[in-house]
This record gives sequence, structure tokens and C-alpha cells, in this order.
Amino acid sequence: MKGGGLVPPFYHYSERKFMEKPIVAISTAVNYAGIGIVRLSGPGAIQVADKVFVSPKNKKLEDQKTHTIHYGFIKDQDEVVDEVLAMLMKAPHSYTKEDTVEFNCHGGIHIVRKVLSLLIEAGARPAEPGEFTKKAFLNGRLDLSQAEAVSDLIYSQNDYALKSSVGQLRGNLREKIETIRKAVIYNTAFIESALDDPEHISLDGYPEKLEMDVDIWLATLKSLLDNAESGKILKEGIKTVIIGRPNAGKSSLLNVLLGEERAIVTDIAGTTRDILEETINLKGIMLQVIDTAGIRNTKDAIEKIGVEKAKQYVDKADLILYVIDASDKLSEEDLDIMKLIGDKKTIVLLNKTDLALNVTEEEVLSTINSNKSDIKVIQISAKENEGITKLEETITAMFYDGKISFNNEIYITNARQQSALLEASQSLSSVKTSLEANMPEDFYTIDLMDAYESLGKITGESIGEDLVNEIFSKFCMGK
Amino acid sequence: MKYSANSVWENKDGYDVVVVGAGHAGCEAALATARLGLKTIVFTVSVGSIALMPCNPNIGGTSKGHLVREIDALGGEMGKVIDRSFIQSKMLNRSKGPAVHSLRAQADKALYSKNMRMVLENQDNLDIKQMEVTEILTENGKVTGVMTYSGAKYACKAVILCTGTYLKARCIYGEIESYTGPDGLQAANYLTDSLKSLGIKMYRFKTGTPPRVDKRSLDFSKMEEQKGDDRVVPFSFATNPEDVQIDQVSCWLTYTNEKTHQIIKDNLDRSPLFSGAIEGTGPRYCPSIEDKVVKFADKNRHQLFVEPEGLETNEMYLAGMSSSLPEDVQYAFYRTIPGFENVKLVKNAYAIEYDCIDARQLKASLEFKEIEGLFSGGQFNGSSGYEEAAAQGLVAGINAARKLLGKDPVVLDRSQGYIGVLIDDLVTKESREPYRMMTSRAEYRLLLRQDNADQRLSLIGHEIGLISNERIDKLNCKLKYVSEEIKRLENTHIGNTSEVQALLEEHGSTLLTSGASLADLIRRPELSYEILEPLDKERKKFPLELSEEIIEQINIDIKYAGYLARQQKQVEQFKKMEKKLIPFDINYDKVKSLRIEAVQKLKEHRPESIGQASRISGVSPADISMLLVYLTAGGNDAETKE
Repeated sequence: MKGGGLVPPFYHYSERKFMEKPIVAISTAVNYAGIGIVRLSGPGAIQVADKVFVSPKNKKLEDQKTHTIHYGFIKDQDEVVDEVLAMLMKAPHSYTKEDTVEFNCHGGIHIVRKVLSLLIEAGARPAEPGEFTKKAFLNGRLDLSQAEAVSDLIYSQNDYALKSSVGQLRGNLREKIETIRKAVIYNTAFIESALDDPEHISLDGYPEKLEMDVDIWLATLKSLLDNAESGKILKEGIKTVIIGRPNAGKSSLLNVLLGEERAIVTDIAGTTRDILEETINLKGIMLQVIDTAGIRNTKDAIEKIGVEKAKQYVDKADLILYVIDASDKLSEEDLDIMKLIGDKKTIVLLNKTDLALNVTEEEVLSTINSNKSDIKVIQISAKENEGITKLEETITAMFYDGKISFNNEIYITNARQQSALLEASQSLSSVKTSLEANMPEDFYTIDLMDAYESLGKITGESIGEDLVNEIFSKFCMGK
Repeated sequence: MKYSANSVWENKDGYDVVVVGAGHAGCEAALATARLGLKTIVFTVSVGSIALMPCNPNIGGTSKGHLVREIDALGGEMGKVIDRSFIQSKMLNRSKGPAVHSLRAQADKALYSKNMRMVLENQDNLDIKQMEVTEILTENGKVTGVMTYSGAKYACKAVILCTGTYLKARCIYGEIESYTGPDGLQAANYLTDSLKSLGIKMYRFKTGTPPRVDKRSLDFSKMEEQKGDDRVVPFSFATNPEDVQIDQVSCWLTYTNEKTHQIIKDNLDRSPLFSGAIEGTGPRYCPSIEDKVVKFADKNRHQLFVEPEGLETNEMYLAGMSSSLPEDVQYAFYRTIPGFENVKLVKNAYAIEYDCIDARQLKASLEFKEIEGLFSGGQFNGSSGYEEAAAQGLVAGINAARKLLGKDPVVLDRSQGYIGVLIDDLVTKESREPYRMMTSRAEYRLLLRQDNADQRLSLIGHEIGLISNERIDKLNCKLKYVSEEIKRLENTHIGNTSEVQALLEEHGSTLLTSGASLADLIRRPELSYEILEPLDKERKKFPLELSEEIIEQINIDIKYAGYLARQQKQVEQFKKMEKKLIPFDINYDKVKSLRIEAVQKLKEHRPESIGQASRISGVSPADISMLLVYLTAGGNDAETKE
């Protein structure tokens, strides 16, 4: 994907915020296994660690020698989150050549994520993809010949993270953040217009109004942050839709993938009436699977709603699993479905290979009028659990070139969003503090712009010339 | 000896530097090079228009006041000249934070021009020549001299282009146009072609100016009087505050109304701005009155400031009323404004179009990346405003001189001054309109105050050689008083005596329950160093000339210490990236994994540091990481500037 067409969000480091914080990440593959390691590194890492780590004898990590291991607890206020071992490596004797603390956590994935979240609250920032290695390299820890490998790592992971993070905000989160963001820039622009042109624009009585707005924004961010802690900012997975004409075997496929019987499976066409939504972990790839009611011309009102919805889901899907009953000939309904697919990434599953096949791969490909490279055809038997491994491999190849574990990225992205929300919230709290202290108006805009930038990290937007543009477009300047 | 009309006459006076243009940029540039010991000649199309103020009669204003202070702290002339040429002065935003306090003076335009001209005329090493420069001569990508309209050749080692709005200038008055520079002065029509043939990319920008009216035709009783400050603060750190306490002249405020707006709306089709007859890009920050009426249709009135152009003229400037509507329409709508019923227009409003450059072709030193010895400053670089022009002229002059003297260029970064922000924005970001300074463009604005410009820049000015030892002594003396006094205030504790409580109560401040230091009390927004005087028995007097400045610094340093420390920390982070230099001959095609867009942008801009690269739109943080890795690996010999 070098030089690819994706437009990444540009966070211009140097423009506003440039505070150096230690970085933190879950450094083991995120799965449901017992032990997970959370790595924290950079200037101030030990102080941040000491904010959440409590040893039985209340000794501070800061006072300990390098390369020592300490038993203790991670605490959220007074509540014990996990029993951990903290490994302390002081600069320059660590991988990154900076102060590093690694926590061995024992409580499983949710606990590991909670620890990550607490460290972010304590002042760490989620590591960018490949950032530990980048630090190690820039600090002279790695051989110069490894530069290329480091570049590749940073590049592929960044590229990947962009693919997976943008546009996946859960539900109305984007809308809420954008509403606040717009209001923040509008208010900033108003203050700046008045500062720039004090003889035309007055700020009399304005701080009182701003204080009410800030309270509302803070309340909204708080509710979002509460959700963030349980990792619900992002849709966790590739939006996948299973479609096919009635009784082609969609629900059977879902059940095979899920490993349990959730959808109602009958031999009567049209019995899956509700849209079922499931999260499936397929070889480390998260799929957000939606089973749709069979697409079929119908006059049945209830079923029609299901079909309409299915069409909508297809439009939003990242991946379509199109199940064809290969024991039957392609029907008119199949032709309709093929039109629906368009240019979407699709895997066509010729199901019921346990029976005699009446549909071939060539027939399907020549019928679907679409970019062939995005269509793969696989023979399966959902009933006999055949071809499922092939399906898993195909999905991995289609989305990640088989390289990266999706789960990790999702958690990193989630942690980043949480960190950005937290930053925005802290900036707005500073605005409130300045308001309460009766500071002059120009002090508010510094923190307002910081909040604006942080919120932009969540929606993938940079500041650029936004403020100047907003000033000129919304407020009438003099001269 | 007889001269042939056809041969080129070559001037043999041995000039080091040629400055093209004697506006606000050209004056500062020429003074700087001459003062640094280089033989300098400044060309102007008209000696009568040296340091002309063809638009507003002000020096300073929000953020521009900061620039003037910085120019002064570096050793420029603008601040000193306005201190001798103003007729009214105000510190704007006094009720806001110290970062946005901005000094603005009404200038007596003719006097300003005359005072600056006298400085130039009496400057050693500096000659003035009334002549149009038509061509820049180069050899092997290096400046060798200029040709003039008269056919003469002037050899030199560096040229500083400060052509303002004169290149292929065209003035538009409604349906009428004329190919002249500002105020009907002769345009410069040849130089653009020479620059283009050197491969310089040109833009066409547009700006405008409101009309001038006859004072005798106005009825001031229908307007609000706008007076200057009771106590005037000088621009220059070298000016004694007592010398600027003069009798001031008033400005006047009136408003447009719905009748005004109706006439404008009815005649919009006759405005070249709306009919499309003007192709240049106009600035959004000084919209014409027709722009305002159309864009802000919900506003039923707009402010109009009436400002004197000088003591020895009846011309008044109408701030906020620029227009490119035809003369008859201008007369009709101005006469609907209270106090303007019988107004007579001395000069119509007009729009002006001119050639300027895409400033991304410049290094931060303001030397062209591709042409050695060619520098430029001012509106030619795509900026707007006298102060922005002067700031660039000064920097271009300093760096042209340093180049010829074999010294490294002086580049101010975004954390050192508005001048740094201005030049970095110009040479880094693409702009499609004349660039105006604004305080919101400075991310470290709390540190870049107009009151501390001397602390930030005078040592640099001294090292350059434009600031005298006396001025540094004065600065050090001031700083010593400030730090000693702050220490004393931190260590002086007072109890909750009835005298203390009474004073607190008088100023609406919370009463003390126990003791507090004087500094603690100064930190309260409602209190200040001055207010606490009755409680402070050991207070000593400061030297009179410095007293106001010292007290201001004490208040700011104590009140905003937390905020200042925070920005200081951000600056330290910022500096790290600015210090990582990118070699001039870097081959971006060899940098692994850069996106194609980033490679294109980086090749186009050729940023000088990682910091500058990160500010280019289209270069992502991942690209910056790649660059860092590449430079660390020694793909080029990366160096770090200390």
C-alpha cells in the first residue's frame, strides 16, 4: 500500500500540543488467555506507573533499582484491579533506552485493558504503531542497518491502523463528537475575532455563556468516557453481512462460525426474520456478523422489513458473505442479490457441497458484473463443517495480507480514542478553571483549541487552517 | 567623453546590495544592510513615496503592534519613526490578557514618510536612487546585478526585492481601471518578466483601500468621538515614555444603515468584484463593504471609523469602507450615513491587483532557494500590511548582509516571535490571499508578548550588530529590578490586619484568614502590584524611565507564572523538531516508505527542518517518522543544530 490512495488524518504535531508523555501498550497478543503484559516507556514512565501500582509495603518504583521485579497491585482509587508483577528498567538500560515499566497482569483480557486504561488516565499516551521500536531505533538501540525494517514496520502498521480506525466509530459517537467540535471552534473563533478586532466585536457577558456550554460538553464527554472504559468506542470488527436467498444455508453458516445454535434453522424458507448480530473471533480477526433474512420477493409485511434492512446492511458492509445453494440452479433471486453486491468485497460460498453441485465458480463469476479481484469463490458445506478453514484464510488474506492481528489494533485504536477523549475533557476542564478564576478571555482559547485538536484525533481530522477559516467565515471583521 | 545612446552604461560604485523598492520592507532592508557595513543602494520609482502609507493611517494594531515591537527589539526603525510621527495612540485589548495587548497608533502619514526618508538620507553607506529596476542579472544561479529602465547596469552581490504592490499593478475603480501603482504612482511593468525567466513562480493578488473624504464636509456632531489613551506607551524600547505624551487628535465612529445596504445591493452588478472583472485573490480580513453587506446580510449596520490622515491635511480615512463600486454609487451610499450627508470624496475607494511570488520558493532566511544572493520581503512575498512588510524587510536585510559577511543566517522560529510565525507561515503554507498577522496564528502567544519583545530578541539584535550596548545595559538593568522585586514579593508576608482586610474589601477580594505573601495577593485577578502599594512598606522606587515597564513585568510574571511555565514546556518540545535539520540535497525518492503525496510535497517545499516538514499540509506523522528513521540511519548526513 505504499503511496496508496488512503488519506490519513494529519495530526500536526508541532502546531499546538507537543507535550512528551510516556507511551503505553499491551505488548502481548490480546486474547482471552490468562497473562498479558502492559509496557510503559518514556520520560516519566516510572512516575506514571507509581500512580496506579501499589506494593504491599508501599514502596515506590521510583526508589527501586533498575532491573528489579516487584510484586504488587494495580489499583483504581481504592479498588484492586489486578495482582501484578512490575518489571522496572531504568534509562538507558531498556529496549527503548528510556525508563520502562512492564506489568505482568493475570486477570485476563478485560483486566489487561483496564490496566492500560488506568495508565492512560495517569498520564501515559497510547503508543503509535511500531513506536517502541521507533524509539529504540532513534535512541540508537538498534543497528542502523535495521532502519528499513523499522520503516516498514511503522508504515504497515500505520497504514493498517488507518484502515481499521477511521469511519468505525460506534453509533452516534461521531455525531456527538462533531457537534462538540463544531461548537468549540465556533466559540474559539468568536473569542479570537473579538481579540483581533476589539473595536468591532465585544465579549461583554460572554464568559457566562461559555461556562454553560463547557459544562454541557464536559457532561457529554464524561458519558462517552464511561463507555470507553468498557472498550465500546469502536465497532470491534469487520462489518460482515451474510446474504443469500432463503434456505441457502446462511444461518447454518453463522452457527458453524459461532459454534453454537443461535439462529433458528429450519427447512422452511424465510424463518430467519430478525436480523441477528454476532461478534465472531475468527483466527484473531474480529467479524461483526449480521445474518439477514433471506432476500426473496415477498408480500409478507414482516419479512419485507427484514429484506429492506438487509439491503441497507449490504450498503454499509465491509465484507459480504454470499451463500448460494449450489445444489440448486441459480435463481432469479440470486441474480437480484448479485446486483446488490456491486463492488463490495465479497466471498461467494457455494454451499451444500455434500450434495451434487449444480452451480460452478465460473458461472458465478461471469454472472456477477463486478471488479473480479474483490470476489472470491469457495466451496463449503456448512452442514458438514467443510471449507471453513479456507474461508478463514481467505478473509485474512483479503483484509490484512495475513500479517496483523486485528484484535490488537482494535484495542490500540480504542485506547487512542479514550486517550483523546480524556485529553479533550482535561482541556475543557482547564477552560472551566480559567473561567472560574476570572482569567482574561484569551486564556480560554488555548485550551479550547487543544480540546478541538484532541476531538479531531477521534474523528480523524486535523486543525489546519480551521480557526482562521472559521473566523473569516463566521464573523465580520473590520478594517 | 561622449556616451552612446545604445550602449549599456555600467555603474562602477561597487555596491554590495541593491534594494528594489523603498516602502516599509525596502526601508528596513536598506537600513539593515547599510548599518551592517555594506554599501547599499535603494531604488524607488518615486523618492516622494519613500515609506508611503497608501492605505490605513495606522501603525500597529492587534498582532501588528507585536511585530513593530519585535522589529524594534531586533534593531529596526519602524518603532522609532512612529514614536515621532503619531497623532493618537491606544493600547488595544487592555481589559484582556497581556498576550493580546496591542499598541496601535494613528500616524501623520506625511510626517511618517518624511521622518523615515530623513533616516535613510542620513544613513552612512546608503544611497537612494529614483529609477525603476527592470531586470535581475544572474550568473550560474547567483545574483550579479540589476538593470534599470534607463539602461544602466548596477553590479552587486545581493538583491533584496521589496516591490510591494507595484509589479504590473492595476487599479480598479468600479468600471474604470488604470495601470498604476497605489495612489496613482507609476507601476513597475518589466521586472515580473525577468523574474519569470529566472524560473520564479508568480501569483496575482488583490487588495483594496477605502476612500478619503474631506474633513470639512463631515458633521462630527452625529458621530461618536474616539480618543486616544491618557497615558501613551511608546513603540520603541529606546523611546523615553515622557517623550510621547503629546496632545492627541480624535477619530470618529458612525454606522451604515439599511438605506446604505439597499443602495449597495441594488448596484452589485456594477462591482468588478461581483461581476468577475477582478481576477486577483482578495483578502478575507478586509472585506469590501459590498462583501460585508452580502455575506453578513443579517447585520443591519456596520461600523465606520473616520480617521485623520495627518495634521496638515483635511483628508480623512474611512476604515471598514473599502469598495470597488463605481463613483456614482459610492457617493450615493456614503451620503446615507449619519454625518456623511454632504460628504465629498477626495479619493475614491479602489481595488488594486499586483504580481507577487509563491513564498514557498524562499528559505526561512528569505533568500530564494534556487537563486543565490536574491532575497525578498514584504507584499512581494504575499503578505499584507506595513508591519508584516517591515518585519520581512528587516530579516531579508539582516540575512543578505550576513551572507556577504560570511555568517550564518538569522532565522527566528515560531517560539521566538511573531516574526518567526509570519515567515514560517509564508515559506511553509500555501496561501491564496495576502497574509495578515493575527495573534491566533501564534501557538506560543502567552510567551510572545509585545511587552517582552526586548527580552526575547534584543540579545539577538545585539549579536547581529543592530542593537547598541546601551540598550542591552538598559534591558539587563530592567530585568534585574524585576527579578529582585519578585523575589522580595514572594518573601514578604503580611497578616490579616484590619488595614489589609480593608484594602481587600475595597477591591472586592476575598479576605485573608491567615498570612499571605504579597505575591500571593498579586496573583488574584482583581489585585495588582499597584493596588498593593499601601500595604507594601519596604517598596523602593524604580528608575523613572523604566518604572512602567518594570511594574508590568512584575504583574505578568507573577499572575501568569503557571500558564507561562506550561507554554515554556511546549516550546522545549517544539524546539527538538526544529533542531533536526534536513540536508538541502536530500533525495526523497530514496526515503523508504514515504507516500507519493508526501514525496511530492517535500520535493516542492524542501523544508529545512523536521519541524518545518511536519507543518506542510499533506505530510503525515507517519511520513515524519520515516524521515526521522532515514536521517538517523545516515541516508544523508543529518546534523543537529545547537
